[in-house]
Amino acid sequence: MKPLRLAALLCAVSLPCAALADDILVQSTTSTANSGLYDHLLPIFAEATGIQVNVVAVGTGQAIRNARNCDGDVLLVHAKPAEEKFVADGFGASRTDLMYNDFIIVGPAADPAAVAGLDDIQPALEKIAAAQALFASRGDDSGTHKKEVSLWASTSVDPATASGDWYRETGSGMGATLNAGIGMGAYVMTDRATWISFKNKQDYKILVEGDADLFNQYGVIPVSAKKCPSVNVEGAQAFADWLLSDAGQAAIADYEVDGQQLFFPNAPD
Amino acid sequence: MQDMGEALAVAMTLVLSGDGDLVEIVGLSLRVSLTATVAACAIGLPIGALVATNRFPGRGAVLVVMNALMGLPPVVVGLIVYLHLSRAGPLGFLGLLYTPAAMIIAQTILIAPIVAALSRQVIEDMHAEYADHFSSLCLTTRQTVQALLWDARYALLTVALAGFGRAVAEVGAVMIVGGNIDHLTRVMTTAIALETSKGDLPLALGLGIVLMILALGVNALVHSLRLTAVRQAYA
Repeated sequence: MKPLRLAALLCAVSLPCAALADDILVQSTTSTANSGLYDHLLPIFAEATGIQVNVVAVGTGQAIRNARNCDGDVLLVHAKPAEEKFVADGFGASRTDLMYNDFIIVGPAADPAAVAGLDDIQPALEKIAAAQALFASRGDDSGTHKKEVSLWASTSVDPATASGDWYRETGSGMGATLNAGIGMGAYVMTDRATWISFKNKQDYKILVEGDADLFNQYGVIPVSAKKCPSVNVEGAQAFADWLLSDAGQAAIADYEVDGQQLFFPNAPD
Repeated sequence: MQDMGEALAVAMTLVLSGDGDLVEIVGLSLRVSLTATVAACAIGLPIGALVATNRFPGRGAVLVVMNALMGLPPVVVGLIVYLHLSRAGPLGFLGLLYTPAAMIIAQTILIAPIVAALSRQVIEDMHAEYADHFSSLCLTTRQTVQALLWDARYALLTVALAGFGRAVAEVGAVMIVGGNIDHLTRVMTTAIALETSKGDLPLALGLGIVLMILALGVNALVHSLRLTAVRQAYA
C-alpha cells in the first residue's frame, strides 16, 4: 500500500509524528481559545497533572463533527441541545455545565437602527430588520450562530429572506465575522469574551446587552471510549474533572482581560 | 495605512527579539513545506519526465488533467486528507491527524501536480532539442529521463521553488489537517489567520512580513547555491 509507505517515510523524517500518549486533544469552540483562556488555564493544569493539552479551536458545529469522528478526547463547546444530542448518540461520556458568559450585539457608533441601550433582544432585532440595517451573521452552524438563529426565530422576522441583502451570512468564525461586520458597518452578535479581547474594534460599541435570553452556557464532555476506542480516557477525565473542581473553577474566574472577567464558572457542586 | 507602519514595526521587533515562539513556528513552517517540496519532487519530477518523453494514447487528456490539478484548492486537499486520516477514516489507525506529518502529506498532494506539470513542460522543450541526438545514441527511456532531469536541473530548481512557494503560503489545508495547535502544528500561515481572527491586524501583518522574509531567504539561498554550481561547472 503506497500511501502507507509514504506516510511511514514522512513520519520518520518529521518526528514527533503522533502526539504522545499522555497528551489529550480538546475540540473547542473558538471564543475560549481566541480570548486567551486556554493560555491561562493549561499551564496551571499541566503543572498540577503533567498532562499536555492540545487545543483545536473551530466553531462548535465543526468541533462536534470532529469529535464524532473520534478526532478528540474532550469537547468544550457552547450549544447545549447539540451537546446533549452528542451524549445521547453515545459519543460523549457525560455533559456538565462548566461556565457561562453572555452574548451582546455590537454595532457602529452611528447606530442606524437606534438600538443602543436596549436590554431586550427581540425588539432590538426587529428594529434592525425594520431599518434594514446591515447585520453580519456567522452563518457557520457554530454555537453563536445556532443561538442567533434561535433568537431570530423568537421574533416576527425571518432574516433568511433578506440573506445577501441587509442580512449578511459570512460563513466564517467569530473574529472573521467581526472584521467583516466592522468593515461594512453591520451589527454583529458576539460572545462577550471574544469582544473584550478583540483588538480591531474601531468605533464599535456594545449596544444591546443584559437580556436573560442572551445567556451563553459552556459545557465540557469527555469523548466516550465506547464509540471511540482511541480516546485517552484517563487524560480526558482528568481534564474535565480538574475544570469542574474548585481549583479549575477558581482558575476560570481568575482570568481577566483589561480588568474584566470573561468567563463565570458555574459547575454543579 | 497606519496599520502597515505598525506591522513593519511589529515585524522588525519580532525578528530582532528572536522570540522563542516565533522561532518554533518559523522552524515548523520550513520543516513542513521543505519536506513536502522534496516529497513532491520525488513524485512529480519522474511523472513529468515520463509524460514529457513518451507518446501514448490519451496523452492530451493526461496533460489537461495535470495542468488542471495545479489549481487544486488547498481547502479541498485538506478535507480529503482529513477524511482519510481521521480516526473514523481508512488511515485513522495511524494517528497522524493533527501532526506535522499530516500537514506534510497535504502539502505534498497540493504541490506534486505543480512540480509534475511544470517539469513536464520544461523537459518536453528540452527533449525536443535533444530527441534526434538521443535516438542516435539508442538510449533507453530510463537513460533519457535521467539525462534530461540532470540537464534541466537549474530550470527544475525553479519548478521546485514554485512548489515550495505554494506550500509555504497556503493556509487552507494545514489549518484543517494540522488544527493550528500551539507548540505542535502552528505554522506561519495559521498563526496569521489566528491573529486576524483575534482582530490583531498589525501582528498578523507583521507575521506576514516575516513569512515573506523567510521565502526570500530560501530563494536567495537556492540562487546562491546555483550560482556557485554554475561557476564551478565553468571553472
